[in-house]
Amino acid sequence: MIDGNRAAALGAKLSRVQVVAAYPITPQTPVTEALSEFVERGELQAQYVNVESEHSALAVCSSASLVGARTFTATSSHGLAYMHEMLHWVAGTRLPVVLACVNRAIGAPWNVLNDQQDSMSQRDTGWIQMYARNNQEILDLVIQAYSIAEKACLPVMVCYDGYVLSHTEMPVGVPSQDAVDRFLPPYKPHTILDPGSPRNYNLVTLANPRVNAEGVLCHGYMEIRYLLQEAMEKSKETIADVGREFSDLFGRSYVKLLWEDRMQDAEIAIVAMGSLAMEATVAADALRRDGLRVGVIGLRVFRPFPGRDVAGALGRCRLVVVFDKSISYGNEGATCTEIKAALYGSGANTAVHNFIVGLGGRDVKARELADAVKKTLSLVEGGALNNESAEWICEI
Amino acid sequence: MPVRWFSEARPYEIRWHGRGGQGAVTAAKTLAQAAHLNGYRGATASPSFGAERRGAPVSASTRISPEPILVVSQIEAPDVVVVLDQTLLRDSDVISGLRNGGWLVVNSAQTPGQLGIEGEFNVATADATGICRELGLIVSGLIVVNTAMLGAIARVSELVELASIDEVIRNRFSNRSAELNLAAVEKTYRTTVIERRP
Repeated sequence: MIDGNRAAALGAKLSRVQVVAAYPITPQTPVTEALSEFVERGELQAQYVNVESEHSALAVCSSASLVGARTFTATSSHGLAYMHEMLHWVAGTRLPVVLACVNRAIGAPWNVLNDQQDSMSQRDTGWIQMYARNNQEILDLVIQAYSIAEKACLPVMVCYDGYVLSHTEMPVGVPSQDAVDRFLPPYKPHTILDPGSPRNYNLVTLANPRVNAEGVLCHGYMEIRYLLQEAMEKSKETIADVGREFSDLFGRSYVKLLWEDRMQDAEIAIVAMGSLAMEATVAADALRRDGLRVGVIGLRVFRPFPGRDVAGALGRCRLVVVFDKSISYGNEGATCTEIKAALYGSGANTAVHNFIVGLGGRDVKARELADAVKKTLSLVEGGALNNESAEWICEI
Repeated sequence: MPVRWFSEARPYEIRWHGRGGQGAVTAAKTLAQAAHLNGYRGATASPSFGAERRGAPVSASTRISPEPILVVSQIEAPDVVVVLDQTLLRDSDVISGLRNGGWLVVNSAQTPGQLGIEGEFNVATADATGICRELGLIVSGLIVVNTAMLGAIARVSELVELASIDEVIRNRFSNRSAELNLAAVEKTYRTTVIERRP
């Protein structure tokens, strides 16, 4: 029985991280406390670097990664926002840093409770983003994240819902160190900054390719960006491969970038991320008791977006209801936009409707999810569904 | 093995009410751990989310089920409400949603009838404060009643065996304080006063 924060800390410990730099913030704080205790007691052979801010935490991880260390950090909300610049630097440098984001709302106004606006706002920084549905997945995904990051040369953000998971204890199977060691060999860096063989990193890079001082034609800025995008696309395969390998070794299934519940015969699908998707399976139980063929898709990986898997799973449905715990202001929930894009051109003729729920810790009950699906279904059947805008489950 | 038969496809839900510092969250976790040890595959425990202050009303929750628990939203209709500080009963929110046929379990020297709480639920009282004072279960001047109340829950819910609660306590505490807590749980279990309402 452990809470989500302990699951993340144990995942990092079992991955034998070598450098940890993090700055405490609610609700992530217990992650930093647990890791500093592991280091202090000698249970984890790592350097715990105290920093004065999240920006510095990621700068430390970035530098440590550049000299060949396996690194870990964790944050939430404003802490992640403060890291924003460094998120770009780490991804641009193609460093396999792993970050646990304990999802929390962002101010103004002040709020310490859960939604996913913090990590969704960092969507375009070049990080792989994964969302855990429960504490077991937090632990498993942190371990897998290192394997993925080091194979794909991309940083990975493992996101999990603040309080709802971070502070809730539930049964978690903790693998042995031996088993994790077999799955995750020591980090072999792709580049090491070494005073013995000095070199520059991240120079000013012009738009066009250019010959360097050694006479080698080097990429321009745009080619480097292309390679980052290409790596992100290719990482879908890496994530699935690592997931399969993990499933084989530990007996828990991670074979796809999303998970499906009762989608085989589903006419109606609920799509969500994180713990909300788990709650949605309870809503699906209730809807099935009412005779509706409802299934659930939990998006475990949001970047890279598994568009083909989504289209394949949803293509046979007549209605897809997407619940977002964040909002892209001026449009709709960001996962709903992705679902629509994935279905475009797939030949599917599926109605898609979006609900914004659970912002700033607003409780979202399975009953409310089920009611929202029923209401949408009656609109679809009456030909009156307005697909233009997302509906909010709130008092306005 | 679980001693209570689950007839409905939903977890058994327990909501704890206490004051910051009384250990409602720890008790919620201890109960969930004991249930898991007892063979329930589903057991979760969480605090009320957000900030907590010493002395201010706080709540916590425990869910128990033979199947893994997939619900993460807050408890709406608890099967059991546990009250660590009787003065909290003045706030009607404390018993809100308590199921018909469920249990209100109060740390009180009074009998259930003397509490004067109306409702279609059963009531039990346990003098955890008196028992813990007598045992000297006092930390920084505060009488620690949270683990003692687990005895009362075990008694009324018939959900978790005392042996499992004992095991969790032995794992959590050092020898001397484990013995005190175990004594408190067992005495509370025996002396809990029960009023079943038809």
